[in-house]
Amino acid sequence: MPKTLYDKIWDAHVVHEDADGTSLLYIDRHLVHEVTSPQAFEGLRMAGRTVRAPQCTIAVPDHNVPTTEGRDNPDQMPEDSRIQVAALDSNAKEFGIHYYPVSDVRQGIVHIVGPEQGWTLPGMTVVCGDSHTATHGAFGALAHGIGTSEVEHVLATQTLIQQKSKNMKVEITGSLPPGVTAKDITLSVIGATGTAGGTGYVIEYCGQAIRELSMEGRMTVCNMAIEGGARAGIIAPDEKTFAYVQGRPHAPKGAQWEAALAWWKTLYSDDDAQWDKVITLRAEDIAPVVTWGTSPEDVLPITATVPDPASFSGGKVDAARRALDYMGLTAGQKLSDIEIDTVFIGSCTNGRIEDLRAAADILKGRKIKVKRAMVVPGSGLVRAQAEEEGLADIFRDAGFEWRMAGCSMCLAMNPDQLAPGERCAATSNRNFEGRQGRGGRTHLMSPAMAAAAAITGRLTDLRELMGEPA
Amino acid sequence: MEKFTTLTGIAAPMPLVNIDTDMIIPKQFLKTIKRSGLGVNLFDEMRYTQDGAEIPDFVLNQPAYRNAEILIAGENFGCGSSREHAPWALLDFGIRCVISTSFADIFYNNCFKNGILPIVLPQEQVDALMDDASKGANARLTVDLSEQTVTGSDGTVFSFDVDPFKKHCLLNGLDDIGLSLEKVASIDAFEARATQARPWV
Repeated sequence: MPKTLYDKIWDAHVVHEDADGTSLLYIDRHLVHEVTSPQAFEGLRMAGRTVRAPQCTIAVPDHNVPTTEGRDNPDQMPEDSRIQVAALDSNAKEFGIHYYPVSDVRQGIVHIVGPEQGWTLPGMTVVCGDSHTATHGAFGALAHGIGTSEVEHVLATQTLIQQKSKNMKVEITGSLPPGVTAKDITLSVIGATGTAGGTGYVIEYCGQAIRELSMEGRMTVCNMAIEGGARAGIIAPDEKTFAYVQGRPHAPKGAQWEAALAWWKTLYSDDDAQWDKVITLRAEDIAPVVTWGTSPEDVLPITATVPDPASFSGGKVDAARRALDYMGLTAGQKLSDIEIDTVFIGSCTNGRIEDLRAAADILKGRKIKVKRAMVVPGSGLVRAQAEEEGLADIFRDAGFEWRMAGCSMCLAMNPDQLAPGERCAATSNRNFEGRQGRGGRTHLMSPAMAAAAAITGRLTDLRELMGEPA
Repeated sequence: MEKFTTLTGIAAPMPLVNIDTDMIIPKQFLKTIKRSGLGVNLFDEMRYTQDGAEIPDFVLNQPAYRNAEILIAGENFGCGSSREHAPWALLDFGIRCVISTSFADIFYNNCFKNGILPIVLPQEQVDALMDDASKGANARLTVDLSEQTVTGSDGTVFSFDVDPFKKHCLLNGLDDIGLSLEKVASIDAFEARATQARPWV
């Protein structure tokens, strides 16, 4: 029977299946961070259980950690954050799992560290108590977020109780026009399907424009599958995938590499595989986009105007009205006239080296016009590489703060937050009310678009700045 | 986990669509290392002003709904972050059941792990229950998990679907880690096979 890529990975991981389809699925990699794990470890202790596969369990603190220098001094953190990070320190030690503490140069956002260290490999099942686990789907892994009870379940059993999702294909035909990036693809898909359009599905992204993306770009696309409601996003592995993985610290080597490669090359959807839903977008039709509202589906090309809530239907009319009120915007206003206070470049969506390069390309030789601008590399290694490539100097010279690695202002659990009414051009993944700080106003976009906004002080079509002398 | 069998209680209407888990429990309350005590901060930024005063218009601050045990919500409830703090906060407040036309996947699963029943009904039935809930404290709904029914205050009965395994666990308050560990021989066998087939993992 023809199979999708998702079918193949699923079938390779079923431990047990009940008559009603409820399955016990084996988990190859379990990533852990400090916010969603303390109650799970406590549950293990209370029940006298251990971690079944500590060698497959990897922990890193990322949500709470400050991004300022000297942060390994615990006094830099408020007490509740410090306790949460300390709990991960001691749980990692007690249960013998792999750990990258704040002081380690390899520390960073869990979804950037996993691929960087070669923990994430094609054909694996990967879970984490974090919705952006979908990121790892870029490698042809089945990767998704879970709750804390499920974290405890995976720690204790190395399995999850699952019902299989349906198969959805999202094909992006053709090649992206200049200035249009992976972020514009993934936001445009959510704009087309809505934030619940993927509920009940695993999405496979395919088509020429996806094949042409780098691994960094593919991670950006899969990262936001959850924003479209999907359980996971996945991209079939190819030569780019194998080249990215080869030589990473935890990637297979020698004969094992050859054996792995032979299997990985079978990981694609068969030509006649059955899809429950198919969405096709033409890359040529995708423009640089920004969000205007408080849901990632509130997305429009930068050349558009703020929509009229009355133009929507059902519950979305009231939701759009509420969003415009929260965002301080008026229907009909040009998106490119919206003035920006702050720029945030980073997050598991866009905190990788390619993202920093794209932003630095725009910023080179220019100065920011916004009140503050911040770059938070996704990991200590991304930060080091950016320094080596001279990107850090470009950011600093332009007026950006050059920070240490972490989740930072994507969810503002650490001191990096927006004040009420402060308007931010952000490369992160959620523009929810209060997400970046109570009353904060978030516009999502690509790193190059965020850099362009930093230069002009308003939402800006980066194509206006491309090729122009700085 | 507390069993869920039947529940008769006040239903509060929250028609807003796409209520995300950041709204249900904002991030500043995720720094706890416990599961309990989050109810006071449920919907914090919709419920309180910046200086902590109650916002009278917010549904759970209205006298009729302060003891609500059921929420009737707009579509795609619980979208966004995977934080299980969202169902913990609902439960700690006293909400045992949420009814909507659709739920985000992770939130939906998280509810079942905590004795909360999420119910999906068609739009017109949710609309009818939303109207019913808008009548205030006199509108009490009855949810029967065993029969898979919701009964409105006027006696109208709606049936809902639920996964049989999830229903079984919720009705009996079962710890599913214990259930999975009963299959430890299968897990051992799978690991032995996988080590042969994919030794690099």
